[in-house]
Amino acid sequence: MTNAGGEAYLSPASLLNEQIKIRESKSMSSIMQSKNMGARLDKLFRGTTMFFAFLVFILLFGIVLTLFVGSLPALKAFGPSFFTSTAWNPVEIQFGGLVPIYGTFITALIAMVIGIPVSFGIAIFITELSPVWLKRPIGIAIELLAGIPSIIYGMWGLFVFAPLFADHVQPWINDNLGALPLIGQVFQGPPMGIGMLTAGFILAIMTIPFTSSVMRDVFEIVPTMLKESAYGLGSTTWEVVWNVVLPYTKTGVVGGIMLGLGRALGETMAVTFVIGNAHELSASLMMPGNTISSALANEFTEAVGDIYTSSLITLGLTLFVITFVVLALAKILLIRLSMREGKQS
Amino acid sequence: MSTAMLQPKITTQNMSFYYGKFQALKNINIEIPASKVTAFIGPSGCGKSTLLRTFNRMYELYPKLRVEGKIFLDGNDIHSSEQDLNLLRAKVGMVFQKPTPFPMSIYDNVAFGVKLYESLSKTEMNDRVEWALQKAALWNEVKDKLNQSGSSLSGGQQQRLCIARGVAVKPNVLLLDEPCSALDPISTARIEELIHELKKDYTIVIVTHNMQQAARVSDYTAYMYLGELIEYGDTDMIFTRPSHRETEDYITGKFG
Amino acid sequence: MTQLNNKRYLRRKIVNNLTLSISLLTVLFALTFLVWILWTLFSQGLSHVGLDVFTKMTPPPGSSGGLLNAIVGSLYMVLIATFIGTPVGVLAGTYLAEYGKSGWLAPTTRFINDILLSAPSIVIGLFVYEVAVNTVGHFSGWAGALALSLIVIPVVVRTTENMMQLVPSTLREAAAALGAPYWKVIVNIVYRSAKTGIMTGLLLAVARISGETAPLLFTALNNQFWSADMSKPISSLAVVIFQFAMSPYEDWQHLAWAGALLITLFVLGLNILARTIFRPSQSQS
Repeated sequence: MTNAGGEAYLSPASLLNEQIKIRESKSMSSIMQSKNMGARLDKLFRGTTMFFAFLVFILLFGIVLTLFVGSLPALKAFGPSFFTSTAWNPVEIQFGGLVPIYGTFITALIAMVIGIPVSFGIAIFITELSPVWLKRPIGIAIELLAGIPSIIYGMWGLFVFAPLFADHVQPWINDNLGALPLIGQVFQGPPMGIGMLTAGFILAIMTIPFTSSVMRDVFEIVPTMLKESAYGLGSTTWEVVWNVVLPYTKTGVVGGIMLGLGRALGETMAVTFVIGNAHELSASLMMPGNTISSALANEFTEAVGDIYTSSLITLGLTLFVITFVVLALAKILLIRLSMREGKQS
Repeated sequence: MSTAMLQPKITTQNMSFYYGKFQALKNINIEIPASKVTAFIGPSGCGKSTLLRTFNRMYELYPKLRVEGKIFLDGNDIHSSEQDLNLLRAKVGMVFQKPTPFPMSIYDNVAFGVKLYESLSKTEMNDRVEWALQKAALWNEVKDKLNQSGSSLSGGQQQRLCIARGVAVKPNVLLLDEPCSALDPISTARIEELIHELKKDYTIVIVTHNMQQAARVSDYTAYMYLGELIEYGDTDMIFTRPSHRETEDYITGKFG
Repeated sequence: MTQLNNKRYLRRKIVNNLTLSISLLTVLFALTFLVWILWTLFSQGLSHVGLDVFTKMTPPPGSSGGLLNAIVGSLYMVLIATFIGTPVGVLAGTYLAEYGKSGWLAPTTRFINDILLSAPSIVIGLFVYEVAVNTVGHFSGWAGALALSLIVIPVVVRTTENMMQLVPSTLREAAAALGAPYWKVIVNIVYRSAKTGIMTGLLLAVARISGETAPLLFTALNNQFWSADMSKPISSLAVVIFQFAMSPYEDWQHLAWAGALLITLFVLGLNILARTIFRPSQSQS
């Protein structure tokens, strides 16, 4: 066995003399030079990368600090009541953030109510049902939904979706859901097409790719053996998903939902087109409203006076803090899931 | 031990190694003779690869790993502040379990290490690349496709390319970390033959899980178990008349 | 007994078929909107995409024109943002992947970067307004490019780190074993191996900022006329689409649809290109 294939190549022993010759040519001084250079460049490169990492690190604090300084005039003028007041009067210089903050949460909530079950369904389809050849095309198609610029969603929402919604869906909602006791008035309102419900619906479509791709990823980490043992007991696919896959991945699923929520809270252009931009608090989801981001988009460049501008910046800071908390929670949940994964394997 | 009369290339003194709090090597004292092949054998997890990777301070790429005790190369403490880490590694070549061709052409793979420390002319570099590939017994197979990617070669060829790459910088020592574990028997045989040729010029240390391989290629063999050096000596002695019970059990297959 | 079991089994089967059908419906639901939006864009926009769009300036209300200044403005800002964002992102990502094994900076920065990745882009615009518009006293193309680069950076940091971590550590060891200093190991070996992956991330980042509107609203603002002067307000395709679509003028709305079609085709084209060049190992959160 030691001889197998041995005859095919040259014996290196004949090259020995050559080697000695070359070895002598290696000059010592050049080696010493490269030694110092190497160590110095190593430090320099490490320092450079560290500097830029630090830049990313400090960016967050830069954003928070800048916005905080910018919002000081408004906070001084209105105090904490800024967050509970519905006033929005540039003429009398009275501002309160409740309407856009409420609108931000309500539209995001609508987006979650619609988006979560749909994302869940898509993730189940891709991981458990789809034939292998179809997985990638469907995955890409869903991700393209995330690639469409948000301004396109806005235009489509305003010019195509809203009229259809007003003509065909909203009358039905008025007649059926609007007649319900207690919650009825939430669904009563003029069928205008635009408003919080429309904005929430479009946000749902926009967050589906984010939520479903996280769900898909976490579903795929469930050990095949675990699923097979459930199938082995005679479980149906749905029972495996509901009783094995979902409990196993619940932290990750919640993380994915939070990620979608973070996106929905901060989305600007799509909402700005269809929200109606009205500074009024209304129980009905059919009524126009406002969100923090659309208030900023619509009014910031036209705002006159320090207090007006500062009030808008305060809204921006509020939005950043809210999304920061939501996204941080999402991240922590996902890290926790992957750490548990790491321990088990 | 029987290596005492030979010129030692690498010597360790009361050397211990830690992964965080876990002690992976316990008080190792070994002398690796120059221009010979020394094999480290033992069951997996015994610390043989860890020991090998202390000789070129490869462990320093990772945090929380540390060495206690001393390691000498040609009598110089490799951990002393005067010892430049990269120069040490240039003197101590290493070949890994799996072939690690760099994402560049065959020629550039071999020239990569040379360019780090020497500024050669184009023809000198051509000569050096050819010489290294000859040494690794790969020249005839690749001389017409030096510009092709290193990863286009077969597994056995890739491993010989890695040996050529290591040889090209003219190290004094070659560390081989289970160099054949990912190869087929024919490629393995070629590499073993190569080791035999290379030991004329280099001190070779090989880690292997294959006892027949250790017996075939090495002059000296060290048997390790649970981070300790159990027995070290002439390969013939270790395989025919081991003085420790554990070594005998392992070699005869009663254990491990 | 068997009767009961059969009944129960039947119920389980019905539940199973029902839920799985719903799951299929959710996929169709999502795909419907993709097709619907694309169809809208083509039917509304295609007839208005002509040579004029690429050769004429944005018109005053009520007359016809093109989108040339907006396209050029977008191109400038996207290019500059990419040139600023790429080195910063790649180097920061390198720190996270290669030097971040110990210490607090790397894990904290990784966490912050992931949050910046999903942070509302309008807040980025607000931040840049405060630091680069308010301080200078006027809107500018530079401010717009800066805002876009702040969106590029987290994307590039994330992909760079992920792609460099995919490079096997044995490759680094092999280069280090030849005596290469670590910076050379990274530049010559790790970057080279991770090249396609990092390029993919870059393409996705460019795709993302090409369609961004919100961060430009209060930074680059808009400009009705031809301007390649980055220190002045500059128009961009996305902002022009926003302004024209919301306007009551038919000519403007037609141009908005034409621009919307162009921008979407460009962005989706980049997305598809990125995904065919390199198949990412999932997760694009």
